[in-house]
Amino acid sequence: MQHEWISALLGGVIIGIAVSLMLFLNGRVTGISGIINGAIAPAKGDTSWRVLFVVGLLLGGLTLKALSPAVFSSGLKTETWTTVVAGLLVGFGTILGSGCTSGHGVCGISRMSPRSVVATVVFIAAGVIAVAIFKKLGLSL
Amino acid sequence: MKNGLAALVVGFVFAIGLGVSGMTQPEKVIGFLDIFGSWDPSLIFVMVGGIVVHFATYKLIRKRGSPLLSTKWHVPTKKEITPALVIGATLFGVGWGLGGYCPGPAVTSLASFDAAPAIFVLSMIAGMILFRQIDKKLNIQK
Repeated sequence: MQHEWISALLGGVIIGIAVSLMLFLNGRVTGISGIINGAIAPAKGDTSWRVLFVVGLLLGGLTLKALSPAVFSSGLKTETWTTVVAGLLVGFGTILGSGCTSGHGVCGISRMSPRSVVATVVFIAAGVIAVAIFKKLGLSL
Repeated sequence: MKNGLAALVVGFVFAIGLGVSGMTQPEKVIGFLDIFGSWDPSLIFVMVGGIVVHFATYKLIRKRGSPLLSTKWHVPTKKEITPALVIGATLFGVGWGLGGYCPGPAVTSLASFDAAPAIFVLSMIAGMILFRQIDKKLNIQK
């Protein structure tokens, strides 16, 4: 248990370094939903860095897969339709709400943006309530 | 081009952070949200670690006149708490609890070649496109 807390903290510190680099070098917020949304709705001169960011994520993923495949282990037996609905909600909700865990939860809170603080409290609360209801209904886990 | 290379490096480092932290394991994410059941609070430290580092660096970095590789800052300045923000965050939270994935870990997990993250990412992109189609008519986000 203690080991998991330390990994979580270490991973968080690495994420903090990554978003700091993005701000220092490119002057941008590392909001992954926004980066992806901008990549699929190309605006002139604003697409390539977004695509390259996603390539970086995938290269990082492949490195993890090679060094420590257990980080992708999933004990979940989520049904396909559940994954589809989850993806639709996350895609729609993050663009409507201008951000996700990275943009609001890490970058926004770090600069004490009131919108990001509210969004983060709301999406964690919604997630907590949703998981409680899904478990009652026998939908997940 | 330099901005692209920087983004590539940031994406790589970010993905490693996600993998180390446990965020790429959907059952851990759902365990974190399962406060009323078998709660696994460890993922709170991902946010703590990220925020502590970036809270410190943000102020230092913004003391500069401009970013190293760009002429200006592109940081959001909007302050209003809008219905779109709250409703969007709610829908996102429900989807996060249902699938155990948020956007970054889902894209990173494509590298596992498992079906679930691929289905999730395709659906997520569909959700983004759906939002854009609706927003074109209703102009919700303005």
